[in-house]
Amino acid sequence: MRRSLLVRALGATAPVWLTLASGAVILWLAGANPITAYGHLFLGAFESGRKLADVVMAMVPLLLCASGMLITFAAGLWNIGVEGQMIAGALMTTWLVQVVTSGSPPEGAGRVTSTFALLGASVLAGMLGGALWGLLTGALRVFGRVNEIFAGLGLNYLALALTNYLIFGPWKPPGGATMSGTAPFPQAAWMPLIGDTRASPVSIALAFASIVLVYFALRDTIWGLKLKAIGLNVAAAHRLGIDTTRNMLLAFVACGALAGIAGSLQATAVYRRLIPSISGGYGYLAQLVVLLSGLRAGWVLPIVFFYGVIQVGGPRLELRTQLDSSLGGVLQAGVVLFFLLVRGLRDRAARGARPVEGGGL
Amino acid sequence: MSGSLAIETIRSVVAASAPLIFASVGETLTEKSGVVNLSLDGTILLSAMTGFAAAVASGSLVVGFAAAAAVGGLVALVVAYGSIALRQNQVAIGFVLTLLCADLSSFLGQPYVRVPGPSVPHQAIPLLADIPVIGRILFDQNVPVYLSYLLTVGAWLWMSRTRPGLRLRSVGERPSAAFARGIPVNRTRYLHTTIGGALVGVGGACYSLSVKLGWSHRHTAGMGWIALAIVIFGGWSPFRVALGAYLFGALKSLGSILQPAFPQVPTQVFQAAPFALMIVALLLVGGNLATLTERLPPKLQSALGSVLQGSPPGALGQPFEEG
Repeated sequence: MRRSLLVRALGATAPVWLTLASGAVILWLAGANPITAYGHLFLGAFESGRKLADVVMAMVPLLLCASGMLITFAAGLWNIGVEGQMIAGALMTTWLVQVVTSGSPPEGAGRVTSTFALLGASVLAGMLGGALWGLLTGALRVFGRVNEIFAGLGLNYLALALTNYLIFGPWKPPGGATMSGTAPFPQAAWMPLIGDTRASPVSIALAFASIVLVYFALRDTIWGLKLKAIGLNVAAAHRLGIDTTRNMLLAFVACGALAGIAGSLQATAVYRRLIPSISGGYGYLAQLVVLLSGLRAGWVLPIVFFYGVIQVGGPRLELRTQLDSSLGGVLQAGVVLFFLLVRGLRDRAARGARPVEGGGL
Repeated sequence: MSGSLAIETIRSVVAASAPLIFASVGETLTEKSGVVNLSLDGTILLSAMTGFAAAVASGSLVVGFAAAAAVGGLVALVVAYGSIALRQNQVAIGFVLTLLCADLSSFLGQPYVRVPGPSVPHQAIPLLADIPVIGRILFDQNVPVYLSYLLTVGAWLWMSRTRPGLRLRSVGERPSAAFARGIPVNRTRYLHTTIGGALVGVGGACYSLSVKLGWSHRHTAGMGWIALAIVIFGGWSPFRVALGAYLFGALKSLGSILQPAFPQVPTQVFQAAPFALMIVALLLVGGNLATLTERLPPKLQSALGSVLQGSPPGALGQPFEEG
């Protein structure tokens, strides 16, 4: 009994062990000591309370984007455009902050004096920006018949170019444009932080609320059922009377809105300005999170924590060992690859006994 | 623009498009067999880095290209194994490998960032290079560029004029019918996915050893997605795929020519242009052609239709169970 439990535990965590072993080989190839490197990468996050707070803050954009992608994946859509939707959210937020707090605000805008209202509006602006960018991806897919992967990726690069244009053009700081981004936002547009940490309670609350909300929306609402029906078979869902066009667009909009919040919070709570790489690859990482979760919302939280630990450990690894922090990304992607391969092997072993339908995510 | 400047520009477009041709024609072979290798953006990065590192370490360009091809083939083999033998979602495997290879290229390539290294020498083809205009454009280049022509013609001949090519297409179109006729569907798919991946790898080395010399962080980022879009735009036909590669190459070259001429246009416009073109190109081939061209004269409509319309292999992305 005990042994079978151990075997099962080892089996369930096989992707992790395989990833760590492969990573050790790669480290050895790069001439580094795997144990030292892993020590910095995995323990860097647990150095202090402040570092743990950083982990939570790294989890925020991951949770928001992963929540959004649970919606689009339910409808069978690959919203690789979340990265661009994050950027669009950050752009809209930056625009709002600049308009509202600039010296000569347009008519009416100057009346927003309360920080509370400004912060609330900044999040809403981010939602709107992300939702619009998501709608664009959805429209290209639904009306233009452009595969959403390519539509989303193309729009990611366009959003990135737009950000660079704004930072080096109209939004350049008074001292001249640099890669460090726009001038810092005025203090009224800073999300408040907890104590001397870099953790913002608003960010954390929004991120956790989003995953809970999406969990119940997909499980307990008619809309969730409709999306899943579309995801299983678009043609059949259409025949059943589900407005597939509208619901697919809605899925993109909802995902975009959540990603937009993530982008907005990166600007107001983390960097307090717009920087060229404001999305920081979190959109792509969230894609990995959702794949690794097997589309089960309950698994998202522990996976996001694991990814957050690596995000925070990466810089320490780079600082202490001169190894590139991209090792973190190698492990984050590697574990998903092994997860898919191990699942495939297991399914194949099961198929040996009786025929099982393959496919799906 | 004077005549010689135009010739030089076209010549540089032909040279700069060679890696895209290797990658997109390679992916065409893969997709014709029914498999999508979505990992191109990562594969090109990793093979560009490996090719450069191997060439620096060995001092041999051939070793560099061979190492890059091996890396490309190996990544493709993982896609093939995961999707054919293990029946995992091809898009999922491909996307994960995109990110994995990109980060691996950054991590393992760190010692080679901005290191000087060898480059493919210029090598005019005697006699052919002396043909006026054409000779300078097509035959006053280097070996990888010549190979990109051969690959395009070769892939077309292979797919449309040979028996194995016919089998390849039948495996991608109707695997059950192909299997009934005794064609080993999955073996054909493994073979073409791996060969296609190796060609993508050669494309990667083409960047780091010829077109965009050396290695830096995310050296070729974005090019894999462009190559994947070109396959769709080219309707899975080698000549049209090559045409698409030249179109994107031209847009890039045009950017670097126009940028100094129009300083008031932000540089980001030129950076974003290939991706805007990518979306527009996919809109054109996505069955919207009739709507978009309805105001044009009918003759032009049908001409555009024959150039731009192509359908994907019938069983693209679908696993097949033998037996």
